[in-house]
Amino acid sequence: MIRLDDVGLHYGRAGHAGPEVLRGLSFVVPEGGFRWLLGPSGAGKTSLLRLLSLAARPSHGRLMVFGTDIGRVRRGELPELRRRIGMVFQDFRLLPHLSAYENVALPLRLAGRPERRIRTDVIEMLRWVGLGEALDARPAELSGGEQQRVAIARAVIARPSLLLADEPTGNLDDAQAQRLMRLIKEMNRLGATVVVATHNERLVERHPAPALRLERGRLVSNG
Amino acid sequence: MLPLLVAAMAFLAALALAGAFSAAALGRHWQQGAAAALTVQVPQPEAPAGQNAKRVDAVLAILDTTPGIASARALTTAELEDVLRPWLGNGAAPLSLPLPAVLEVHLAQSAPDLAALADRLQQAAPGTLVESHGQWVERLAVLVRSVQACALLALAMVAAVAAAVIAIGTRAGLAARRDAIEVVHGLGATDRYIAGRFARRAMRLALAGGVLGALAAVPVLLALARLAAPFLQTVAPPPLDAGLEAWAAWARTGPAAFWEGLPALPVAAGAIGWLTAHATVRRWLRRLP
Repeated sequence: MIRLDDVGLHYGRAGHAGPEVLRGLSFVVPEGGFRWLLGPSGAGKTSLLRLLSLAARPSHGRLMVFGTDIGRVRRGELPELRRRIGMVFQDFRLLPHLSAYENVALPLRLAGRPERRIRTDVIEMLRWVGLGEALDARPAELSGGEQQRVAIARAVIARPSLLLADEPTGNLDDAQAQRLMRLIKEMNRLGATVVVATHNERLVERHPAPALRLERGRLVSNG
Repeated sequence: MLPLLVAAMAFLAALALAGAFSAAALGRHWQQGAAAALTVQVPQPEAPAGQNAKRVDAVLAILDTTPGIASARALTTAELEDVLRPWLGNGAAPLSLPLPAVLEVHLAQSAPDLAALADRLQQAAPGTLVESHGQWVERLAVLVRSVQACALLALAMVAAVAAAVIAIGTRAGLAARRDAIEVVHGLGATDRYIAGRFARRAMRLALAGGVLGALAAVPVLLALARLAAPFLQTVAPPPLDAGLEAWAAWARTGPAAFWEGLPALPVAAGAIGWLTAHATVRRWLRRLP
């Protein structure tokens, strides 16, 4: 499902290489696999998730996702691949001018699902994350925890094959965090490949799984 | 803001379009009059000429039998006085000038050989002048073509400016919505989807502006047509305070192609809006992976 061979990433324009945020990454995550992504702040977890969510192409090395060489594929083929990935961002990245309902419906709209199906699925999903009463609320009207739940709902609504999450439990209380982990593990059980970046060591202890550990842009342990 | 700018462009485009059509109509009008006409002047018309009683009659006889001439007629004294009034005032007759006979000759489809005709007329009545209007028609045709070219150039420039305005507006919209676009792009929206949303909005705004501008141009054009009516010798325009129906009926006597073409302006504005916005957005999106 995911395969990296000596992948590196640096920001900056062609000709002026910026600081290298990732280098020499090589690992494999099989289909249906679950990995924790661990490491101190600034280690490159967010950058790695950017690569895996196809928000950036590797500067060097080979990145394979869904069996496709991301560095080589045509730009026009990326949107279809992106629609098979669900990503929960650390800063939520909800569209501020849309309601919670509209935000969660967006991936289904992009996939061209019929409107009636969208309505059923979105309402059910928002109810599941405990926001059934807040369908029409704008993100600004919701608390941090509520926004995070909307972001999670948006990430999973289209049943992605690859689920990525960047600190998904940051704003959640313990009970909600537990519920989220149950959802993620359920999706993993149903076949989704999952990579979750977190600082929350307690969460990792409670749900043991193989971990990718990054430090200063390098992979220091895998397993 | 955008609709107002597009409305101004559409207004100018309507004026330019009207200019092109009017030049063509005027040209045709003058050509129909001038191209097919000759003026034959016979000095001393009453003097005797060979077998015929008068010189003017001799000339008329030749003209009647020449193939390619549809009709030939001498202007009456009253008509002559009308023609000379700008120069001589009302005193042509009292001045007792020896005026020539002025014959208005209309040509048929196949014009006769004018040089040969002039020779024959000279033999019948020496001193007869044949003046063809062809030379003026030529110059007129050149003038009309030049005006049309200018009008089309103006039209092209208006379209280009409208496109530029829309492109600038679109880019401003893109910059303002950059974050939202990146999110939607990250969720897997195609360039075409994102561009389509911007393009539809631009099309609606441009269409509205086009309608506004075209409508605003109508009273201006009707007023100009009213001023030009005496020169075109067309149907008399209604008085200024006449109702909408009277104006509409009069407008229909003008170049039909123009009034039929006017609705094309908002449509063209909408199309320019859609195409420009779509292209601008797709180009901008290329900076995203």
